[in-house]
Formats: sequence, C-alpha cells, structure tokens
Amino acid sequence: MTQTLTYTPAELAEYARQIRVEILKAVRHAGAGHVGGPLSAADMLATLYFGVMNVDPENPADPDRDRFVLSKGHSSIALYSTLALRGYFPVDELKTFDAVNSRLQGHPDQTVTPGVDMSSGSLGLGFAGSLGIALGARAAHKDFTTYVMLGDGECNEGIVWEGAHVAARYGLDNIVALVDHNKLQQFGWTGETLDERISPYLGDQLADRWRAFDWNVIEIDGHDVPAILAALEEAKAVTGEPVAIIAHTVKGKGVSFMENRPEWHSKVPSDEQMAAAMKELGEPEGGAA
Amino acid sequence: MTTRTMGKSLRVTMGETISEAANTNDRIVVLDGDTGSSTRTDIFEAAHRDRFFQVGIAEMNMFGMAAGMATVGLIPIVSTFSAFVVSRAHDAIRVLIAQPKANVKIMAGYAGLLAGSTGKTHLLFDDVSIMRAMAYMTVIAPGDEIETRAAINAGLEYDGPIYYRLTRPNSPIILPDDYEFVIGKTVTMREGSDVTVFSTGTHTARALTAAEILADEGIDVHLVHVPTIKPLDVGEIVAAAQRTGLVVTTEEGTVVGGLGGAIAETLSQQSPLPMKIHGISDIFGESGPDEALLEKYGLAPAHVADVIRDHVKAHE
Repeated sequence: MTQTLTYTPAELAEYARQIRVEILKAVRHAGAGHVGGPLSAADMLATLYFGVMNVDPENPADPDRDRFVLSKGHSSIALYSTLALRGYFPVDELKTFDAVNSRLQGHPDQTVTPGVDMSSGSLGLGFAGSLGIALGARAAHKDFTTYVMLGDGECNEGIVWEGAHVAARYGLDNIVALVDHNKLQQFGWTGETLDERISPYLGDQLADRWRAFDWNVIEIDGHDVPAILAALEEAKAVTGEPVAIIAHTVKGKGVSFMENRPEWHSKVPSDEQMAAAMKELGEPEGGAA
Repeated sequence: MTTRTMGKSLRVTMGETISEAANTNDRIVVLDGDTGSSTRTDIFEAAHRDRFFQVGIAEMNMFGMAAGMATVGLIPIVSTFSAFVVSRAHDAIRVLIAQPKANVKIMAGYAGLLAGSTGKTHLLFDDVSIMRAMAYMTVIAPGDEIETRAAINAGLEYDGPIYYRLTRPNSPIILPDDYEFVIGKTVTMREGSDVTVFSTGTHTARALTAAEILADEGIDVHLVHVPTIKPLDVGEIVAAAQRTGLVVTTEEGTVVGGLGGAIAETLSQQSPLPMKIHGISDIFGESGPDEALLEKYGLAPAHVADVIRDHVKAHE
C-alpha cells in the first residue's frame, strides 16, 4: 500500500546526507557520472521521498501513487540513491550505476528501473511527460500528485516554456515543479573572465519567468528541509494553478571544495578528494568503497 | 480501365473512426497541436469534448505530454502535419514514445506530396524513411478509407506506438467492404506474371491504374499493396518478388530509404532480383494544385506505368 512517511526535518536531513554519500560512492565506483547537480538536489529528493510522497517501494507501479519525474535527468544518481535508500532496490545495486546491462543507466529509464516514472535526460522532455501525467490523471479521474524536478540550465530549453504555458492554461493544480536553481550548468555562461561561469538566469529572472507564465511561484532555500516541507505543503493547498518551487541551491552542496565549482558538474573524485568529501559528509570510513 | 469510386479522405475517416471508437473505449484521448480543423480531429472534439485536449502550436511538448498520459493507462491519439510530427517532435517521440513503447497513436496528416498548397516547409518526403528507422515504431500507410478505418481499429487493440501516414485528398476506394486489416500483412491487389510491383498508402490506387494501363499493352503486373511498412511482411514480399523475378517499388515519398529502401534491404539479403525504386527523387517540394504536382514529380499513373514498362523492357 502506498503511504507517506513521517520523519522529522532532522531525520530528513540525515537521509539527504546519506543520499550525498551514496552519490559520491556510486560515481567513484562507476568512474563516471554527474556530481554537482545531484548534490544540489539531495535535500529536495530526501524530503519528497521520505516526507511527502505517497508511494510504495513494494509496488512501484501502484496506479494511485504520487509520481516523480526527474526532468534534469543528468542527476540520475541522486534519484537512484534516493530510491535505493527508500527501498526500491538494494543500496548495493548502486555499484552498477552506468554499467552495461544495469537497471541504473546514465539517464533515468522508465522501462528498467523500479520507481522511475518517466525517462528523461534529453532536457525538457521529462517536464512535458510530467504534464501529460498530471493532465492524464485528471482525465482518468485519479487523485495523485505529480512532482517534477527541473534544472535551471534545463529551463533554457524551449519545450519547458511550451509546457509551462499549457499547464497554466489548464490550471493544472495536481503538479508541482521544483526548479533546482543552482546557478551553474555544464559549461555555462562566461563571466568577467574565462574562469568565471555565471548563472543562466540572473537575479530574479528565473522566478520571474515562471510567474510570467502564470505559475504560482514559491521561492525557498533548496537545502533548508523545513522550508522545503513548508513549500510542498503550501503547494498542495493551491488550487486552479500549477506551482513552481524555485529552490535556490548550491551546486555541489555538502562538500566544500565541490560547492559552486563548475568543474564538479561531472568529475570523479580522486582518492584524496573522496576521503576529504566523506569526512565532510560525516563518513570517515565511507571512502573505502 | 476500371473506374473506382471516390471515397473520403483518410483524415476524415480517421476523425470518424477514433470518434466512434471512443464511444466504447473511455481510455481514448486526443491531443491537438492546433491543426484539428485540417487533420480532422475536430470530428472527435465535437463528440467527446471532455477528452479532446488542445495543447497549442508546440509539437515537442504535445508528444511528451502524450507519453505521460499513456503512463496512466490512457490511449493518447496525437495529430498534426507529418512534417511537424517527424522533424519537429522527433526527439520527444524517440525518447518518450518509441523507447518506452508508449501506447500512443500518431496520426500524421498531410503526408506525402499533396498537402493543400502548403509548399516545401510543410512537405516531408522522408517521413517513412525516418520513422521506420526508429526502433519499436510501427509504420502504417493506409490505402483508402476502408483500410484507414480497419488499421486504426486494429491499432487501438495493439499496445504500442504507431505512426499512421495519412494523406490529405479524397482517395479512391481500392479495398472491399469486408476487408480485414492485419498489422504487418501485405495485400495482393492484382495477380500477374511479368513484374512484381510494391506500393503503399493512397499511391496504390495510382499503381493499380498503372497496372491496368500496362495490361492493355500485354504486360501482366503482380501488384502488392504494403500498408505496414514496419514491421515488413518479409515472407510475402520475398514470395511475391520471386513469383515474377522482377521488382518495382513505387511510393509517394522519397526514393531514399522509404518503402523501396525497406524492400531493397529485404530482397538484397534474401533474394536479390533486378529492382527499380520509384518515388520522389532526392529533392524538396513546392506548392501547387494536386494534379500539377503529381505530373511534375512523376507520380501520376502514366508515370508509374512508364517506370514499370521501362524496367520490364530492360530485362526482357
């Protein structure tokens, strides 16, 4: 049976920490993968799966479950780590991340991974799919909520705004978009010097874009678990319009030398870096994996 | 020559068929990219307004949304012009519809050469080539209203994505009232002994007329209609080709990788035979009246007859 878990904010933050540990272990084991985006998403994923979403890892296809679409599919390892810790598959399976024949492909694949509700990775497509789930739920008289996470870089894609218009036009109040506004993308927009990379959306531009498309916008610190919980609670109460939670985050959050560093978009930590990262994440023995 | 009854257009038949099917199938929903009055999903909207979703002129999002709707058990039917299906929304179809084998039925209207004076931006001659190269996609080009109705009803019983290639003009009826369509099966339109001709879609009516022209000249054409271009009816195609030992394919689409390409891939590996691929040469189109376009692009029955005759003469 689907159910929502009832952890305290402190317990949810602890799950976020564990998700971060598993992200780094898996990327290091695979010798490839994204790091910065997954780390910025960890607190929101922990809050959704351990504190808000009505799901059943024993029955991942339950037709009445809440849905989650990771439209920023490059952060797949963050979702896989969350699903593993939530019980969809063994945590040990994270060692197969990115491997041939693995259920944990480089980008989420709805056809192989328990708990993955929609394939994604070609940016913007997951968002369109999530809108179809939400509008389809209405057409099929289903009562669940669809959550979708987008990246700020992903919002460069035109399809995001095609969908944003349609969702508002239909007043889709059974979908909540979480926009991971970590201010960096793979290569990024050039700053004052070539070494500096700056946000694709400056100041209030990103929130203003979503407001301009008639979404109900809630801005939060995407690493503040009580704030994430409160925003998701507030989103549920909104009727007649879709909600976008603009989550201000730090790319690489949780490991000091990865934070706000563009090169950690996708990079495998060295032995020393792994040991230092695990220490910072409170797992001094964790680097052994 | 036989005079054939002019039937409805495939698009009108499509609108009627999905509307009728939805009377007894509440999983059917329709998404429109603002072409419903042309592709004729307006017929569905009139009968089932609550299950008709206008999503605006934004094709990538439309196909992505259809994929999402399929995951909650609905059968989304998506319609726009073939050019905007295949080239504009290709990525959404590839990732969210083909890869997960989403149960989405794609009604690609205004396919082929005759797209109502729209010109080259709206003409896509390589839709069959592209869509049949997409893994897990079924590609069907019905020949008339009878086959359109049967193929759509068969497709609604099939759990997976289908690309329907639907032409715009009214089309002659070429199949009997009691015709039974099976996905992946060919239809022998005419038995003959001199040359085997394969055609698809509403162009088969022209191939049929070409065969009749040639019959008067003493050339006996074996004409096989191939409504399902993928999966191809390999066994029947090889058998029909071997029956005469000489092969012509003709289609209202590019000669690069379409029906001709599909049959060449099959025969070259299983039973190599002298073969001529006829269709639109490797060019873009233009606007104009239907008859003038068929004349200029070499698709009228007389042109098809010329191609077949030349191939037969060259191998006498």
